[in-house]
Amino acid sequence: MNSNRVADRVREIEGSGIRKFFDIAQQMEEAISLGVGEPDFVTPWSIREACIFSLEKGYTSYTSNWGLLELREMLSDKMYNEDSVYYEPEGEILITTGVSEASDLALRAILNPGDEVIIHEPSYVSYKPCTVFAGGVPVCVATEVENEFKLQAEEIEEKITEHTKAVVLNYPNNPTGATLSRKDLEEIADVVNEHDLLVISDEVYGKLTYEGKHTCFSSLNGMRDRTILLNGFSKAYAMTGWRLGYAAGNKEIIEAMMKIHQYVMMCAPITAQMAAMEALRCNDEVERMVSEYNRRRRLMVEGLREIGLSCFEPKGAFYTFPSIVSTGLTSEEFAKRLLLEEKVVVIPGSVFGACGEGFIRCAYAVSQYEIKEVLERMRRFLERHHVV
Amino acid sequence: MKEEEEEEEILKILEGNARIADKEIARMVGLKEEEVKQIISELENRGVIRKYKAVINPEKAGIETVHALIDVKVGPERDTGYDPVAERIVRFPEVKSVRLISGEYDLSVLVGGNTMREVAYFVAEKISSLEQVRNTVTHFLLKTYKENGEIYEEEEKVKRLAVTL
Repeated sequence: MNSNRVADRVREIEGSGIRKFFDIAQQMEEAISLGVGEPDFVTPWSIREACIFSLEKGYTSYTSNWGLLELREMLSDKMYNEDSVYYEPEGEILITTGVSEASDLALRAILNPGDEVIIHEPSYVSYKPCTVFAGGVPVCVATEVENEFKLQAEEIEEKITEHTKAVVLNYPNNPTGATLSRKDLEEIADVVNEHDLLVISDEVYGKLTYEGKHTCFSSLNGMRDRTILLNGFSKAYAMTGWRLGYAAGNKEIIEAMMKIHQYVMMCAPITAQMAAMEALRCNDEVERMVSEYNRRRRLMVEGLREIGLSCFEPKGAFYTFPSIVSTGLTSEEFAKRLLLEEKVVVIPGSVFGACGEGFIRCAYAVSQYEIKEVLERMRRFLERHHVV
Repeated sequence: MKEEEEEEEILKILEGNARIADKEIARMVGLKEEEVKQIISELENRGVIRKYKAVINPEKAGIETVHALIDVKVGPERDTGYDPVAERIVRFPEVKSVRLISGEYDLSVLVGGNTMREVAYFVAEKISSLEQVRNTVTHFLLKTYKENGEIYEEEEKVKRLAVTL
């Protein structure tokens, strides 16, 4: 039935085709899930404790639309020290309800109808629809496992038209775990400069970088003014449910984002902001979690290879993205059968864009024990399907 | 990873789980299994790794034990200080740990036994009676919440959905 009650641009966005699969997974209690895009750590206690204390003291009101000034000051310091780029606390930093809101604001703040946004795939699922909601046109670039899922500067260049407005970067990447080196980023920066583009850089997994140090895109020469830097507390501080992120960029764009934010969100929740200030003092906890992810990463990659799946070595985030082409199954079939036969949840790569077909996303934000158990179940599964 | 970093990483892993297979340690540290074995045996030889022990919750095991923390005030000896008396105390198997502490008292001694009576007698006969010991205070332990970094009650688990993108 073609109801005209729902707007065309919303109706035209594909609902996720694998809802049913997700529902089965959700209900299967004894399943081990590698399908989770969030840490398995509870938010460190000192952060929770600070939040409780703030409630006791009566911090329950709205904050400035921009977010608490003290938090913005702390973030300004943090970015200066860790990311080597300075943003003024007033006017250049906006606190948002998660990076999700921030990326939506960024797209809406810069896009005119018909403007094109270059998005690398496989990628996090919301950039494409949010671009459409904002009146823009997503232009996808498939990244290849042969290139370690790195977005190549020349691939961007091939997609540039007179309508191209921005490039979305999400490295370390969900779902592949790929990272970009400073050199890779500099090549992209050259193209961005040459064609006068903007970059929306979602660096929420930045702290989860296991080899070398994460390079913040806006710290590159000339990029501060062209970049909307997005980051948040969900992944590094195990604070997904708190919904807290931030955007930093030049005044003109951040103010435009703030204009939308003040009408749709007013402000990020004050309890989450109070907790975030404590989080910024918790570097030891972050380090502890990062070294644990690193151990699990190595266990997972080697384990997947041992049971016969070819697996690119991810250097960031907490995902592995092995190929399942050798099974002759599509990634959706693979995920469904693995769930029904062995009670293991993985996400079909095709969810993250057509070029994710032939891969599955396995998050290693589970205990070492669970990784061992899952690998054993997957080994049985592969043997049964005559792959190994 | 540098050699010291490898050692430190292996120690951290073993501290969390002493029964983990060398093969898995090797994977996590990015070394060969033989190299891990080599490093661990060196750590054992150097006395860095003293022992591999299980953390047991006696309550769950149904084992009735009694522990007491004893604050001990000592008259230190000229030249040798607290060492002679501490070294006498550590030899008793009933004594689980001995620490020199700052503050009003000098030694903190953990004593274990089967009954309160047994522990109390031990303190009276073996510790208070030592020549250098001026005074003791006995605190019986009533409940252990956390020991050696391990929380005794079920560790909290984050409540997540099975699928999030």
